[in-house]
Amino acid sequence: MNSMISLIFITIGILFNLLGCIGIIRLPDTYNRLQAATKAVTLGCCSILIGVIFHFGLSDAGTKALIAIPILFFGSTVAAHALIRGTYHFGIKLGGKSVKDDYKDAVK
Amino acid sequence: MRYVTVFILSMIFWLMLTFEFKVPNLIVGTVASIITSAVFTRFFIQNVYKLIQPHRYFWFIVYLFVFIWECIKANIDVAYRVLHPAMPIRPGIVKVKTTLKSDLAKMLLANSITMTPGTISVDIIDDYLYIHWIYISSEDPEVYTPIITGAFEKYIKKIIE
Repeated sequence: MNSMISLIFITIGILFNLLGCIGIIRLPDTYNRLQAATKAVTLGCCSILIGVIFHFGLSDAGTKALIAIPILFFGSTVAAHALIRGTYHFGIKLGGKSVKDDYKDAVK
Repeated sequence: MRYVTVFILSMIFWLMLTFEFKVPNLIVGTVASIITSAVFTRFFIQNVYKLIQPHRYFWFIVYLFVFIWECIKANIDVAYRVLHPAMPIRPGIVKVKTTLKSDLAKMLLANSITMTPGTISVDIIDDYLYIHWIYISSEDPEVYTPIITGAFEKYIKKIIE
């Protein structure tokens, strides 16, 4: 039963990771690519880790997977923030489809 | 008091991470926790007695469920935009005012916004958050502010302030 649940979670996780990768290829500019990379890949990895918890139970590997989830959340959100802010300060323009830019006035 | 709290929290974290209760491991953990509490306590919350008020944990659990729901919605949203042949995106950076005061609360709000559908926080300057939004549905600040921060701000206010 537990291996069944873990298999389902791991499959969902790999599916979301695949969607994130397709997003990185298809979306037009850096900012939109980061959106896909952050959200889909983070939830995908968390789903895989939940699968690992179900597979091992609350042994040492399971507990480590449980701790890895909040670390992954904070790590990936902070990394996305640092990357997107660094991209803007480096001088890369927003893509052609963009309609609004409030940040321009704040940087100067 | 703050130093002791940081020490205890990092010690618990170490024990969960290594999952080994032998003497050498405990000594290494104690030394690491002392260094951690000496260096990083100045970034910790000011009033540690907030940690033993149970209603904050209740709101934290409520917030956690709201957060997971928003996170799943965000992923379905990303999947829809990526797989749609015409790619319905209207990206841009908008400016949102927040009423939260403490640094920790702002950090939590910015992290939550990054995980919600179509938004990434770019920067925090004073009381304003700059958000990159993949589909701007409205140009009016009074309309889009509740869409972006509305789901989380009230819970974070109850948890931290």
